Amino acid sequence: MNREAYEAVIGLEVHTHLLTRSKLFCGCSTTFGAGPNENVCPICMGMPGVLPVLNRRVVELAIRTGLAAHCTIAPYSIFDRKSYFYPDLPKGYQISQYETPICKGGYLDLPPTENGDTRRIGLTRIHIEEDAGKNIHGESASLVDFNRSGVPLIEIVSEPDLRSAEDAGAYLRQLRAILRYVDASDGKMEEGSFRCDCNVSVRKRGATEYGVRTEIKNLNSFRFVEDAIEYEVDRQIAIVESGGKVAQETHLWDPTRKETRPMRSKEYANDYRYFPEPDLPPLVVPAEMVEKVRESMPELPADRKARYVREGLTEYEAGVLIADRDVADYFEATLPGLKNRKGAANWVMTEVLRVARESDKPFVEGVPPATEVGALLTMVEAQKISLNAAKTAFAAMVNSGKTAEATIAELGLAQVSDESAIAAAIDKVLAAEPDKLAEYRAGRDKLFGFFVGAVMKAMGGKANPKVINEILRAKLAG
Amino acid sequence: MASELNKLTIAEASAKLHAREITATQLTRDCLDRIAAAEPKLHAFLTVCEKEAVEQARAADARLAGGNAPALCGIPLGIKDIYATKGVRTTCASRILENFVPPFDATVIERLRADGAIFVGKTNMDEFAMGSSTENSAFGATTNPHDTARVAGGSSGGSAAAVAAHECLGSLGTDTGGSIREPASFCGVVGIKPTYSRVSRYGVIAFASSLDQVGPFTKSVRDAAILLRTLAGKDTRDSTCSARPVPDYELGLTGDVKGLRIGVPREYFVEGMQPEVEKSVRAALKNYESLGASTVEISMPHTGYAIAAYYLLATAEASANLARYDGIRYGLRVNSEDHIALYETTRAQGFGPEVKRRIMLGTFALSAGYYDAYYLKAQKVRTLIRNDFERAFEKCDLIVTPVAPTTAFKIGEKMNDPLTMYLSDIFTISVNLAGLPGMAIPCGHDSNNLPIGMQLIAPPFAEEAILRAGDAFERTGAFKPRTPAV
Amino acid sequence: MAESKITLEQVRHVALLARLELSPQDEERLRADMDEMLAYVDKLNELDTKSVAPTTQVGEAGTPMRDDEVTNRPAADAMLANAPSRDRNYFKVPKIIE
Repeated sequence: MNREAYEAVIGLEVHTHLLTRSKLFCGCSTTFGAGPNENVCPICMGMPGVLPVLNRRVVELAIRTGLAAHCTIAPYSIFDRKSYFYPDLPKGYQISQYETPICKGGYLDLPPTENGDTRRIGLTRIHIEEDAGKNIHGESASLVDFNRSGVPLIEIVSEPDLRSAEDAGAYLRQLRAILRYVDASDGKMEEGSFRCDCNVSVRKRGATEYGVRTEIKNLNSFRFVEDAIEYEVDRQIAIVESGGKVAQETHLWDPTRKETRPMRSKEYANDYRYFPEPDLPPLVVPAEMVEKVRESMPELPADRKARYVREGLTEYEAGVLIADRDVADYFEATLPGLKNRKGAANWVMTEVLRVARESDKPFVEGVPPATEVGALLTMVEAQKISLNAAKTAFAAMVNSGKTAEATIAELGLAQVSDESAIAAAIDKVLAAEPDKLAEYRAGRDKLFGFFVGAVMKAMGGKANPKVINEILRAKLAG
Repeated sequence: MASELNKLTIAEASAKLHAREITATQLTRDCLDRIAAAEPKLHAFLTVCEKEAVEQARAADARLAGGNAPALCGIPLGIKDIYATKGVRTTCASRILENFVPPFDATVIERLRADGAIFVGKTNMDEFAMGSSTENSAFGATTNPHDTARVAGGSSGGSAAAVAAHECLGSLGTDTGGSIREPASFCGVVGIKPTYSRVSRYGVIAFASSLDQVGPFTKSVRDAAILLRTLAGKDTRDSTCSARPVPDYELGLTGDVKGLRIGVPREYFVEGMQPEVEKSVRAALKNYESLGASTVEISMPHTGYAIAAYYLLATAEASANLARYDGIRYGLRVNSEDHIALYETTRAQGFGPEVKRRIMLGTFALSAGYYDAYYLKAQKVRTLIRNDFERAFEKCDLIVTPVAPTTAFKIGEKMNDPLTMYLSDIFTISVNLAGLPGMAIPCGHDSNNLPIGMQLIAPPFAEEAILRAGDAFERTGAFKPRTPAV
Repeated sequence: MAESKITLEQVRHVALLARLELSPQDEERLRADMDEMLAYVDKLNELDTKSVAPTTQVGEAGTPMRDDEVTNRPAADAMLANAPSRDRNYFKVPKIIE
C-alpha cells in the first residue's frame, strides 16, 4: 500500500451535552444515573398534545461555545423537525436546526507541534438539538429508557480540514478543553456526553476534488476515533488502489475486531424531510444578549495562557498548564500563600502530571488535592522541609489521602534548621575527617560538597542545606 | 313536567345558578338525562363522564353557595376528544388511542376546571381532526340533530351536535381548516375560531401545528364571549401562544354596529353554492345595513388556491405530528417480530383511511426532491393569501361570507371522493392559513329546515369586533333557532 | 390520458418513510387518491411566487424561553401507565439489531 500517494480528508461532527440543570424543552432533570424513566414527563416522552419550550441557558451556552470558537452568532436562527423512526425517538422527529443554525463559521487552533507548527481547523457550524433516549439490548427484547430524551446537545461540525488520525485526536482534545473552559460541557466521553462521528475520505495527494466519504458513527473514546480513522483510511486506499470505488455508507466501529462495518441501511434511509418547527418561533438573539454572554464567560484558554505569561511563566510552561482546564485550575489552587509561582508551575508540570499520567482515574481524582500541594510548597518556601522531602511526602500522599502536615509529621520529614544541632553535626564530621579537612584547607575546594553531604547524611537527610552551608563556611573560614 | 334546564344558555344558567334559583346538580342531571335519551340517535359522545360530572356538580354547588364563584361555575360542557383530560380516556376518535388515558390536562381544561365548569363527556370527531363530517371517526359518525340522515359536520361534529341538541350548554371544539365553523353552521349553533395564538394549544392533540386553534360552540354569541374570556390568554407551556392581554369579551357586547364597514368578497359567492345559502347570507347583510353598517365589495384573488395550499401544509405538519403514534409508549400496539414491523402494522391497523391518506400526502410533500415544489410552494401561497386579507382589511373592518357552500349533506354522500369532501372547506380554510379569527353564527334555514351559517372574519386579535357584530345580529331576532328533530 | 403524478414505486417508498404497511389494494387506492390530489394542487403553479417569502408561522415574533430549573419530579409509574409492554420501569420492544 502506497500511503504516501494519498491524502486523508477528515471532518468531525461532535455532539455534546450542555451543562444545564433541566432539559432543552421541558423541566425534567438532566442528571446522569437516575433510575430508568424517572427523569421523564409528557413532553420529553412525546405524549399527544405536548409542546416544547426553550431553555434559556442552552442558548447562552451555545453562544458561549460559539464565541470561544470564533463563530458568527446568528441574530436569527430556526428550529427544524428532523423526521425518522426509532424506538428511542419519542416524537418520531428530533427538534434540531438545519439551514439556519445559531453559529456559523469559526475555527480552532491545534496546539503547536514539536517544531512549533500550528494548524487552524475551520468550523462549519454549531447548532442546538435535543438528544434521544437510550435503547438497552437484551436477549430477546430491547428496553427503552427516555431519561436522556430531550437533554440539550450542541453539534459542532468541522470543515474537512483534518488530515490524519493524530490531527483528529488533537482537534477533539482541543475542542473538549474549550468546552470545559467555558463550562458548556464536561466532555465526558465515557458517560456519553461527548460523542463523535467522523467523515473520512481519501484522494490522491495533490488532487483538489474530494473523494467519496464514509461516515463512522458514535465513537465514544478518543482512542476509538483515532483507531477507526486509521483503519478506514487504509481500507479506502486499498479499495482505490485496486481500482474499486468507495461506497458512500455509514459504518460502525467494532473495537474488539478493530474494524469498521456498514450499518443496516434500511434503518437509515436518509430522507429526514426537514421542515421548520411550527411549535417554536424563530430564535432571536439580539446583540445585547451576545454581549451579556461574552461578559459573563469564564476565561478562555488563550486568555488564561496570556495571563500566566504576564505573571511570569514562560510560553511553554503556560501552554502545558492550560492544556486541560482541570490542570490550570489545580495550579492556581496551589498558589495562595506562595511566593514562588514558577516553582509551583514546575511542580505541577513534573510531579503532579507524572502521577496523573500513571493513574487511570480522571485527573482530579488521581492526584493529591491542590491545597495540600500548596501546603507542601509553602513549607519548602518557609524552609520547614527540603525539596526532596516534599517529593517523598507527595509520593506518599498520592494514595494515602492524608494532609501534607500529617504526612510530613508521620514520615518525620521535617527539616532541621536548628543551628546548634547543625553546628554540632558539622563539628563531628570535621573531627572525623582530619585528612580531608587538611586537603580542603590546602585548596581542594571541591571537598566542601563532600562535607555538606556528610553532614546531611549524619543528620538523616533532614538538615536545612542552606544552614549547613552557612555554618560550615563560617567554621571552615574561621 | 321534567325540568329542562339543559335548554338554557350559559348566560341564563349562570344567572340562575348564582341566584341559587337552580343548582348545578339539577342542571347537570338534566344534561345527563338528555344525553341518555338522545345519544342512541345522535352519537355525539364517545365517553360520557357521568360519575365525574356529578362529583364536579356537587363541588360547584358548594362553591356557588359560598358566593363569588366564576361565571362558568356549574356549567356543563362537552369536550372534543382531542383535548387531554387527566384520568379520562382521550381517543381522538382513533383506534390507535382507543385506550389512552392522559396523565395531564390540557391548559384550557385546567382553566375550565379552575372556573368550576363541569365536563359531561368527550365528544365525537373525525379521526385526528381530519375531516369535514365526523364520518371519519373510528367509532361511528355523529348525526345532525336537525336531520339524523345527515352529517353534523366536522371535524368537531360531536361538540356541535351536542350543543344543538341541548346535551350540554356549551362545548369545546378545534378548528384547523373550518372544523368549528362548518359543524356550527350545519348544526345551527355559534362557533368561533379565535386568532391563531390567542388560546393555548398545550394538551390539544396536534393535527397541523401552525393552523390548529381552540374554540367553543355555544347557543348564543354572549355565551361564546363568556367561554372565550376563560380560554384565552398567555400560556408559558405553549411557545406560540400570545401574551397579549385578554379583554372582557362580554363587556364588548354593546349591540352597536353603526359605521361598521363590512367587506363582501366576490370570490365567496360562487357557482355551485346552494342558492338558499347565498340568499340567507345576503339577507343577513341587508340586516346589518339596517343597523347602520355599510357593505363594500372586496376581492380576495387567491381564494381559489387556498385548498391546494392547505392540503399540502396541513398534511405535511400532520405527517410529523402523527409520527409519535408508533405503539412504543402508549396506544395500540400490534405485536411483531421486529420493531419496524411493529411500527408498520400498528400504524396500518390503528389509523383510518383518511388519516393514512393525509400522512402519505404530507410525507410526500416533504420528501427529498419534492419539498420545494410542494411544501415550500404552499408556504409562499400562504403568504399571498395572508396579504389578500391584509389588503382587504384596509377597506373594511369585518368580512362576511357564507360558512359552507351547502347545508348539511347526507351521510355517505361525499365519502367516495376525498377531493369533493375537501372542497367543502372552501370558505373557511383561508382564515386558518391567515391565522385570523372567524365565527360562524346561524342566519337562516333552507327548505329542509337545515341551518345556514354566516361567517364573520376580522383582523388578528379583533375577536371583540366579531362578537359585537354577531351579538348585534342576534339581537335583531332575524334568526330564530328551530328545535332539533332529535 | 394525463401523465400520472405518482408511481406505485413512489407510493411504496413514501409508505416506508411513513412506516405504514399497505396491502396491494391499499397501495393502488392511495396511488389513485394521491394522483388526484397532486393533480389538483398543481394549480399552485399558476402563481408566480419567485419573490414571495414563505410563511412558516402566523403567530407573533419573539422567542419565549424558560429558566433552567428542574420543575418535574420522578413519576415513572404515571409515565409508564399507558405502556403497551413494560419491563420493570422500561418500555419493552422487540429486539433491535443494529
